[in-house]
Amino acid sequence: MPLGPLDLGPHAGFILGAYAFTALVIAGLIGHAVRDRRAQTRALAALQDSSRPASQPPAERRA
Amino acid sequence: MWTRLAHPGHFLRWTAPLMPWLAGLSGALLAFGLYLTWFTVPPDYQQGETVRIMYIHVPAAWLGVFFYGAMAVSALGTLVWRHPLADVAQRAAAPIGAAFTLICLVTGSLWGKPMWGTYWVWDARLTSMLVLFLIYCGIIALWRTIEDPNRAARAIAILTLVGAVNLPIIKFSVNWWSTLHQPASIMRMGGSSIDPSMLYPLLEMILAFTLLGITLHLNAMRTEILRRRVRALTIREAERLDTGLPLGAVQGL
Repeated sequence: MPLGPLDLGPHAGFILGAYAFTALVIAGLIGHAVRDRRAQTRALAALQDSSRPASQPPAERRA
Repeated sequence: MWTRLAHPGHFLRWTAPLMPWLAGLSGALLAFGLYLTWFTVPPDYQQGETVRIMYIHVPAAWLGVFFYGAMAVSALGTLVWRHPLADVAQRAAAPIGAAFTLICLVTGSLWGKPMWGTYWVWDARLTSMLVLFLIYCGIIALWRTIEDPNRAARAIAILTLVGAVNLPIIKFSVNWWSTLHQPASIMRMGGSSIDPSMLYPLLEMILAFTLLGITLHLNAMRTEILRRRVRALTIREAERLDTGLPLGAVQGL
């Protein structure tokens, strides 16, 4: 199969399949890393917002 | 100095400005490596164009072993020094190492069919790499099973160190047994047996994959630290709610 100046010959399917699989796995790793990081950042921000009153002294909170 | 840099808070601070640079450099090296692989590397006299699969198979194999080695060192850090970042590093490395080991197995299989006439043989090198992948899967599964990260860390550190026995088996399997997999051709006595026109692009791809792996690992470590903070704050919030103190609800979690 010609690819630009390359002719990958009779085993083109194996070569392209190997690269496609690698690209898919690496894209999955990067995508998961980005999604996971966003989720943890959002969860941490929500928790910090909700626990903000805890920084006040107990007496003040009960008042 | 190392202790200070390895403190989770300091780690988050000093790695933050590094991340965009590492990601950019990984992308540039990978693009350059792919250019070399596809447009400058000549076909092999025996393998023909199929040799191009080696430029992803070999770096992936290297990273599969590299991350397990890193996990074994981190396991020592967890068991001997009980350093929290060692456990974080170990946990963050497992899925990345497993992914690269899977790439190694699949691309090797896709190379094997046209070259050997079969997708798989129970050869010592192939089997030891499959065992490595299964160990990775076992470690990831164990982490999901044990809820308390501190308890999980010790059990998994021991399992990781036991599994590290597989690393020299992977490396020397082609010397110890008669295998269909070819013997070492890059790191061997008397220098590499690969022609420079193929060797330098291969080394470039190994460097690109390594930098990409390290970038993903540092990012995963940073996320894991955040996850532990979320867990600690959630528990603290739940305890406060149990005691009946009038605090904000933990909405969205």
